[in-house]
Amino acid sequence: MSDLLESLPGHDPGAPMLSVEDLQVEFATAHGTVRAVNGVSYAVGAGETLAVLGESGSGKSVTARAVMGIVRAPRGRVTAGAIRLRGVDLLTLPEETRRRLRGTTVAMIFQDALSALNPVLPVGYQIAEMFRYHRGASRREARRRAVEVLDRVRIPSAARRAGDYPHQFSGGMRQRVGIALAIALDPKVIIADEPTTALDVTVQAQIMRLLGEIQREHGTALVLITHDMGVVADIADRVAVMYAGRVVEEAGAHDIYARPAHPYTRALLGAIPRPHLRGKRLAVIPGAPPDMSRPDEGCRFRPRCELAGPGCADAPPLYDVAPGRASACHEWTKVIEG
Amino acid sequence: MSAPVLEARGLVKYYPIGGGPLRRVAGQVKAVDGVDLTLGPGETLGIVGESGCGKSTLAKVLAALERPTAGEVTVCGRPVGRLRGRALRRARRDVQLVFQDPYTSLDPRMTIEAIVREPFEIHRDLAPRGDRRARVRELLETVGLNPDHCGRYPHQFSGGQRQRVGIARALALRPRVLVCDEPVSALDVSVQAQIVNLLERLRDELDLAYVFISHDLSVVQHLADRIAVMYLGKVVEIGGEDDVYRNAGHPYTQALLSAMPVPDPGLRGRREEIVLTGEPPSPIDPPRGCSFHPRCWKADERCRAEPPALTAWRGAGHAVACHRPEVWSPAGGTEGEVSATR
Repeated sequence: MSDLLESLPGHDPGAPMLSVEDLQVEFATAHGTVRAVNGVSYAVGAGETLAVLGESGSGKSVTARAVMGIVRAPRGRVTAGAIRLRGVDLLTLPEETRRRLRGTTVAMIFQDALSALNPVLPVGYQIAEMFRYHRGASRREARRRAVEVLDRVRIPSAARRAGDYPHQFSGGMRQRVGIALAIALDPKVIIADEPTTALDVTVQAQIMRLLGEIQREHGTALVLITHDMGVVADIADRVAVMYAGRVVEEAGAHDIYARPAHPYTRALLGAIPRPHLRGKRLAVIPGAPPDMSRPDEGCRFRPRCELAGPGCADAPPLYDVAPGRASACHEWTKVIEG
Repeated sequence: MSAPVLEARGLVKYYPIGGGPLRRVAGQVKAVDGVDLTLGPGETLGIVGESGCGKSTLAKVLAALERPTAGEVTVCGRPVGRLRGRALRRARRDVQLVFQDPYTSLDPRMTIEAIVREPFEIHRDLAPRGDRRARVRELLETVGLNPDHCGRYPHQFSGGQRQRVGIARALALRPRVLVCDEPVSALDVSVQAQIVNLLERLRDELDLAYVFISHDLSVVQHLADRIAVMYLGKVVEIGGEDDVYRNAGHPYTQALLSAMPVPDPGLRGRREEIVLTGEPPSPIDPPRGCSFHPRCWKADERCRAEPPALTAWRGAGHAVACHRPEVWSPAGGTEGEVSATR
């Protein structure tokens, strides 16, 4: 409930809807401690879409899970930083308060809706549970609201399908159920973690359109986590590019494609097959992403970077490149000039 | 064109669905339902389509891992369907498969050397025992891996490196054709480019022909000379890159192209969007008439009753299975009337 957020310490109506500040997340593994997220900061305003772009292991999903409060001890730990909703630092709140904010204020859409849903409960029941738990609705009222939500995500004959189990839905329909679960209580922030990666292109187009409509209607802040530069170009207002646990570049969507300011972003853009590159070799980023269990004080992209010099042994700060633009590269002026 | 290295005629593959305790056949999954293809030496044929359209089944039938329910596969002029035993094994050498998932397609308990060497243990006449080790090292070098790492296990390699191992294994028997089933779909963009470049280099160096199967239209466009679009077990459009990507005639091809995300924010809202309703129907009980008609905005009585045949259309080599094909290109340049349902 929004009044819950307003009643919490630090609430500031002028603060960004969601801001992640210098976040660090560590995991205990058999190979030692892995710092999967190493000082990530980003912010999203109401009605805005921020794409978090990165390859596997870049820490983009872990950051999202930390925001949701589902990075759990003993294996995972948020070791530093702040996660604020309108100024309220979630990390200082008791677990019970965070639980009450989950779903009502900040919600998540997972890549694989099948594993996000309970396989032995009808989907309508799972959505109705949200209304019963968070809104104190009666069984009957909750069921009516659940059908309404399924209707909003355009599931045909919603009233009948509310009684079906997750496995009875096709991939695209199941992802709609996942979205229904996330939007049921009109959260202010939706984090969508690769929501269309498992879907076919024609179905992906349907789902992205649906997400866009919901966001426009409700002025939701949307964090879209993806590795697909095509999807980003279609819907993002701003883009944060992550590499090895850090945001290495942040910019408006148009700027990042037209004039990238970090060598990793530039290399990623060069590696996508495009019609005019047909028959030519694609630009390649040599090597592979770094092993996160072996920390390195310098720039983590250095071993794969064509601009790497001795100065790169010192980790670059996030330089302000232009208003609203930042790049974590000592040589950003060279990159941006092409 | 010189004699094709791989040919499929009227290829059909149905899988029976076992039903109930009496094990009666309850129905059939019509995975591949009448496909004709020709692949020339050194040519790359791209196959695109969504999940369940039969592209992976087609890969297995082309590589003679599955026997077709009907129709015939011909490899370098030899009809594979009539071969048995040693002769079949010999024919299989010429067509090798590269799988999608380099994490599950390599035996975790075998070293890289053992994996790449295994084809020689099966096709013993190809390399004398004493030469095999050297051949393995040579193959690893060809795909850009350090031959000194041949004693390592798959888990010690990254996804891209594992896919290189899979390619080295497929090359061991000096095939004429590689059937690549979504070879880069499991890889990150930066690694995907490495594998795409490797496949292009190998094609030139070893004079290979590829059947390149993918749901990613931009990767297929990059590599393929000709492209076949599959829907529910059938080829609905086939043609050169220019035909399929710039002058698509089938409404399904048009919808696929329009849904393809383009990495250019400047085009946002300026491309013509065709958003299909619904999802592909079940291949167990495909719709009557044109199998695309329930999702098609142009469907009429004829489409509901009569399945369209793949018919030559416009230029040479361009064929479309639609009663009312019209030229369409994703940039918005349309000839004739195309009204998209939203």
